[in-house]
Amino acid sequence: MIAITGARVIDPATGFDAVATVLLHDRMVAAVGAVAIPSDAEIIDARGLVLSPGLIDAGVFRADPAACHAGGITRIVLMPDQRPPLDDPALVAFAQAMGKPDVWVHPLVAATRDLAGQELAEIGLGQAAGAVGVATGRHAIASSAVMHRLLAYSRAFDMTVVSHAEDPALTAGAVATEGDYATRLGLAAAPAFAEALAIARDIRLAEATGARLHLRQVTTAEGIDLVRAARARGLAVSAGVTPAHWLLNETAVAGFRSFARLSPPLRSDADRRAVEAAIGDGTISVIASGHDPRSQEEKRLPFADALPGMAGAETLLALALSLVRNGTLSLAAALKTMTATPAALFGLPGGTLAVGAPADIILFDEQAPWRIAGDRFIGAGNTPFDGIPVAGRVRMTIKGGDMVWRA
Amino acid sequence: MPKLPNPVVVPGATPAGAHPFPHAHLLGLEGLQPWEMLYLLDEAEQWVELNRSSGKAGSAGAKHDNRLAGLTQINAFFENSTRTLLSFEIAGKRLGADVVNLGVSGSSVKKGETLLDTALTLAAMHPDVIVIRHGSSGAVQLIAEKLGCPVLNAGDGRHEHPTQALLDALTIRRRKGRIEGLTVAICGDILHSRVARSNFQLLAALGAKVRVVAPPTLMPPHVEQLGVDCFTSMDEGLKGVDVVMMLRLQTERMDGAYVPSTREYFRFFGLTEERLRHAADGVLVMHPGPMNRGVEIDGRIADDIARSAVTEQVEMGVAVRMACLDVLTRTRRGVPGWPPVGAAR
Repeated sequence: MIAITGARVIDPATGFDAVATVLLHDRMVAAVGAVAIPSDAEIIDARGLVLSPGLIDAGVFRADPAACHAGGITRIVLMPDQRPPLDDPALVAFAQAMGKPDVWVHPLVAATRDLAGQELAEIGLGQAAGAVGVATGRHAIASSAVMHRLLAYSRAFDMTVVSHAEDPALTAGAVATEGDYATRLGLAAAPAFAEALAIARDIRLAEATGARLHLRQVTTAEGIDLVRAARARGLAVSAGVTPAHWLLNETAVAGFRSFARLSPPLRSDADRRAVEAAIGDGTISVIASGHDPRSQEEKRLPFADALPGMAGAETLLALALSLVRNGTLSLAAALKTMTATPAALFGLPGGTLAVGAPADIILFDEQAPWRIAGDRFIGAGNTPFDGIPVAGRVRMTIKGGDMVWRA
Repeated sequence: MPKLPNPVVVPGATPAGAHPFPHAHLLGLEGLQPWEMLYLLDEAEQWVELNRSSGKAGSAGAKHDNRLAGLTQINAFFENSTRTLLSFEIAGKRLGADVVNLGVSGSSVKKGETLLDTALTLAAMHPDVIVIRHGSSGAVQLIAEKLGCPVLNAGDGRHEHPTQALLDALTIRRRKGRIEGLTVAICGDILHSRVARSNFQLLAALGAKVRVVAPPTLMPPHVEQLGVDCFTSMDEGLKGVDVVMMLRLQTERMDGAYVPSTREYFRFFGLTEERLRHAADGVLVMHPGPMNRGVEIDGRIADDIARSAVTEQVEMGVAVRMACLDVLTRTRRGVPGWPPVGAAR
């Protein structure tokens, strides 16, 4: 039995936010509140720290336990873009097992064979093997007919379909968002509305089929408006984003910094501000790291030749806390985007401090200042936030009742 | 977004106390001061004269100068080129450098070596100046960061081609007597053109007004933010201009990809005798080459030496490149007054 005392306890699932004692027993949450501490309990004094359920990172490209623990992440929703892609139940089962016990991996099964966007993969068998949803991968499915069938078919299994919203033809070959910045640098660029086109199609198809659609990254004002309108109509549409798209804009690619080569590409500042506002009003309800570690060989290349993606697990919490400091979200609401909301979307255990929930707990110092330095990361250091000062440090990560990280 | 005014800078001499060219590399024209560009142009003039001389080797009037003797110049071209490579090779040889060419076919990039490994390999051979062309925007800058010697950008992707813009400016200045106050129309495939981007920087810095004329599919988005005026009609765009710069339309971009056909392109965007009448008297016609006669330019205009400066551009190219090679290696050669005084660029 473990008793954590003195922390500001936040349960985003219920809105509970008070200094309280949390008891963990038998790898589960046993009690929260003003409870008597059993004499045999190991006591962790957490005065001055915030206690929250472990973060659930909805949409990462690699299971990276060490980086996750340092970032307070106890569960990840793994994209099917693996080698080979998770388009087969055996591969899904393997992916699901590979993180245990350190970090639980909840795989998404590939929507189509080899993620080629043509033939449906065995998503029902994938679900039986442990997949918590279906994903189109790094790219949208070009064919509206295939996407239509995918959404219709997934509904029978009540699986959330995770889509990448960029029109594939318009964005083919593009590495930046159209604008004077890309023009100045001579980078092949696609219009920002390529996202809205894809979102409009996917929302319409979701409406026609009644499927549950999650747009993993919505990064433009126009795309956000479509999601907002769809949610207002009561459709089962949700949207996510990664810190890059509310903290950085297209100017971050100055000097051809390939660490700022992302997919979707960084947008104009008007779009960046729209993303921030959409997080504030709940249109974007999921914040994920998009963790996509890349080697030097994949990033130390001319901008257009470098692979997109950023390492994000270790910086997720600190960057998300910037939304609390600038008044966009309360601390409980910010944590909810990384715990209870993704848990509900994919039907995962965790993300809550309810009695009987898994003992996935983090303790963090909301104010602790540090400077992001990619070369000091535990995992790959391809972060576009290199050198940026942040506040918020994970002090302890407890996974299934075991302490796996302490700093 | 508000449109930025086209800044008209009256170029002048190097201000007192400023170094004429405080840069380790020539990666682009963006960020250079107007007087630094003019300095390179002024330096090039002497080489124009030298290149025109016809004396025997060793005699006073020979097309040769020994100032780069003993220095190694590598021309690393990761993208095919004939004329630019030749121009840099001749420029280096006229200055006495030992010039080595690394072509795309002979490069180990084909064998899977990464660009940075290639850069380190080149650096280990202790070159004194490297000229690089690469198909990706920003690639030359990336390599320059790994090399301990001056780097000259001979074209990176769609980004910049600084020596081309400098030779264009030198050509204009010699023909027109000035650059300031002129109106220059750059016509054709602006979207894929690094020549156009370098020329925007240079011409704006030296006080010319720049127009771009292209079909909308070949116009870079938001290009007006770079301080140029956009036209989709040749007749409108050419009205009253002093200089017309035609750009090459790559074959792979014809036939339906960006324009329906070459004949339609020529009909609406080709430079013809009729269209040229909209321009100012004494208009100068330029083309970075190689030309597609009958696609972007009528052959008769290209051949009219009173108006066309096409061959002169090639001539100025060698002179400008000699000036750049000379200026960038001065620190290395211990020329008095030439430690780089500013940040490396």
